Amino acid sequence: MAALLPLAFLGLFFAWPVLAILSLGLREGGVLTALFDGETWELVGFTLGQAAASTVVAVLAGLPVAFVLARCRLRGLGVVRAAVMVPFVLPTVVVGLAFRTFWPDGGVLSIVLANAFFNVAVVARTVGGLWAHTDRRAEDAARALGASRPRAFLSVVLPALAPAIGSAAAVVFLFCATSFGVVLVLGGSRYRTLETEIYLRTVELFDLSGAAALSLLQFAAVLAVLVLGALARRRRETALSLRGREELARRPSGGEWYVVFAALAVVVALLTPVVGLITRSLSTRDGWSFAGYAALATRGDRGTLAVTGFDAALNSVRTAFDATLVALVVGVFSAVVLVGLRRSGGRIAEVLDTALMLPLGVSAVTVGFGYLVTMDALPGDFRTSPLLVPLAQALVVTPLIVRMVLPVLRAVDERLRQAAATLGASPLRVWREVDLPLVGRSLAAAAGFGYVVALGEFGATSFLARPDAPTLPVVIARLMSRPGELNSQMAYASCALLMVVTVGCVLLIERLRVPSSGEF
Amino acid sequence: MALELESITVRYGQTAAVSDVSLSVGDGEVVALLGPSGCGKSTLLRTIAGLEKPSSGFVRWDSSDLAGVPVHRRGFGLVFQDGQLFPHRSVAGNVAFGLRMHRVDREERDKKVLSLLELVGLEGYADRRVTQLSGGEQQRVALARALAPSPRLLLLDEPLSALDRALREQLAVDLARLLREAQTTALVVTHDHDEAFTLADRVAIMSRGRIVQVGPPAEVWSSPVDVETAKFLGCNKFVPGSFVGLPVGRVGLRATALRVDGAGPLEGTVLERVHRRDHVRLLVEIDGEEYEAVGPMSEIGDHVRLEIDLDGVARIG
Repeated sequence: MAALLPLAFLGLFFAWPVLAILSLGLREGGVLTALFDGETWELVGFTLGQAAASTVVAVLAGLPVAFVLARCRLRGLGVVRAAVMVPFVLPTVVVGLAFRTFWPDGGVLSIVLANAFFNVAVVARTVGGLWAHTDRRAEDAARALGASRPRAFLSVVLPALAPAIGSAAAVVFLFCATSFGVVLVLGGSRYRTLETEIYLRTVELFDLSGAAALSLLQFAAVLAVLVLGALARRRRETALSLRGREELARRPSGGEWYVVFAALAVVVALLTPVVGLITRSLSTRDGWSFAGYAALATRGDRGTLAVTGFDAALNSVRTAFDATLVALVVGVFSAVVLVGLRRSGGRIAEVLDTALMLPLGVSAVTVGFGYLVTMDALPGDFRTSPLLVPLAQALVVTPLIVRMVLPVLRAVDERLRQAAATLGASPLRVWREVDLPLVGRSLAAAAGFGYVVALGEFGATSFLARPDAPTLPVVIARLMSRPGELNSQMAYASCALLMVVTVGCVLLIERLRVPSSGEF
Repeated sequence: MALELESITVRYGQTAAVSDVSLSVGDGEVVALLGPSGCGKSTLLRTIAGLEKPSSGFVRWDSSDLAGVPVHRRGFGLVFQDGQLFPHRSVAGNVAFGLRMHRVDREERDKKVLSLLELVGLEGYADRRVTQLSGGEQQRVALARALAPSPRLLLLDEPLSALDRALREQLAVDLARLLREAQTTALVVTHDHDEAFTLADRVAIMSRGRIVQVGPPAEVWSSPVDVETAKFLGCNKFVPGSFVGLPVGRVGLRATALRVDGAGPLEGTVLERVHRRDHVRLLVEIDGEEYEAVGPMSEIGDHVRLEIDLDGVARIG
């Protein structure tokens, strides 16, 4: 029964709008036409291919970073942690432009790298989170039995991390397959994925039925990936012994330094576009200048915007907060329900698990457009409600929170909860006294992660934000699309501002994560 | 009777882990559920705790049915095999947990925690992290934690099995003393008969989901109900009662049933000898049958006379 709340949320704010758009497309009968069009299958091939390549790059780059974050005791780790997070929350359009300064003509390589650039954080965080809590003794045992360090890694550590790597890879793949801004900017009309094609057909060609047909196709592909992922996750019920990170982290030794250097190289690579952006925000044709930042107090060149940059920033901060709150409630509730259901061995658990992942893989463009079509039917003037944007963002953030909290929640030994219960703790109290302290760190991390993602959300927000209350990423896109030195200068300054807020959030989360000990 | 089980059956799908078990535990009594692994004894314990629902039957406390009473309202303490201490709390935090749940005020709580830590022999451990404790220490903390809210019934699920042998024997003696002194009503699940006999006033033998025999340790030890139980209790040779001078029935012989004794009534030929720390184990042939026997360290010839030690003999039924 408890599964109903998350399902209701998904139904109302996800399934309904998406289905509305799909049925709109189906009624026009464009699906068959699209399916028999050779071009469609080229699009599918390119979409999946670039997503797969990006996923591989992101996983390979993310693993050494995960190792360093989880297992090493080094100075400046906080900086690394923050640095890895930054790309993930940057507005996609901006990253697209940043990469274009390195590859002026765009192209496949730049698309793959830019997509991977975003998602290294997903791998590092998800895998690192598990890694930080897995017992080191199994690895030590393998070493003592004569396994070399790489051998011990391959035969002991990797299988233990497999659930986290698997779910991270699934998420990354979905992100890359439905990545929008980057592909649009770097691929243009030459390299199109389903997502950009849907957008182009909707917005530029007004070919709604064609767009809906492609949406349907994309939806089917996403569903297939999710089902495969769910099948793979079945094996994840390995009992982990959770331990505090302080006991496991130590100074790297011997060959581990190579991994540390690899991680540093990844971090440098991740920071390059970021530094490029900041440099760009400070440089004008006339040399160094704060003109862009000063312009944030204005509405842009010749009134490009309806509000000032600062108002938009403020609105972003508020909207993202609301979105995170909603996502946290729905996400944590879902995770708790999922753990409970999995315990009693339910089919429903798998359905809910998969359903919660769906919003990740569905075109944000479709969702945003669907909201516009369906929200009319709700009581009150929902279409212009200030709640619309936070709800759409919450939809994007919720799956992330579920994915981050769930593995840790599952790793809590059921008998700990039972011990608490026999000592007189009611179910709610058990959650507060046992689960919450044990998953507290992951929860704080998930909340922070969710917040910054909501801050940078662009796809759905761009459809739904009212002109008098835009978020920062929407403002950036708008400024970019208009001519004028001041506008682009202001856009870069906005990016820098967004980055500062992001880094601030991430650092704050790190500060909050104090290991708990003793009472309360 | 404090705890009463009436015809408890617990099913997982088609298979019954526990079938039609009835048992009672008196006030202040310690009962051991003894049986091989997989016999359903832990499931029965979890059912009493309220962690499993019986498919049929009743769990009663002082004659009132516990079916609708959730785990946290039963007032039963539970100690797991491997402690299951809260990793995010100190030793004192773990022990104080149940007291906090029962809204005991801070001052009294602190006092109780200290006295319990003393009771389990862990003075001065209050502020340690539980992850820094050895297995034995963890298990002592788990015991103190379970005892803290003064449970009306203490359930112990293989409380000593995760420990090494020397520690296990020591802790079993400590635990027995502790349970007696506090006059705790307790149910101990174990597969180790030494443990069961050290701790319990009565022993209930479980086999394939059923309780096959209940009685005081000495009685169960000397007259197991059937051959299977006798085997579980260490008998490895079964002979007619006449072998040990009984008129009827069958008896089971443990390794110590036959002793080398020059004046003994039996005569045999030694086939094998194994030297132990303070005695010799022999394989002896008597009338064409092989038997185990024990003898002194002194030189033993190939032909020996043997005495029957009734402590090593169990009457079946």
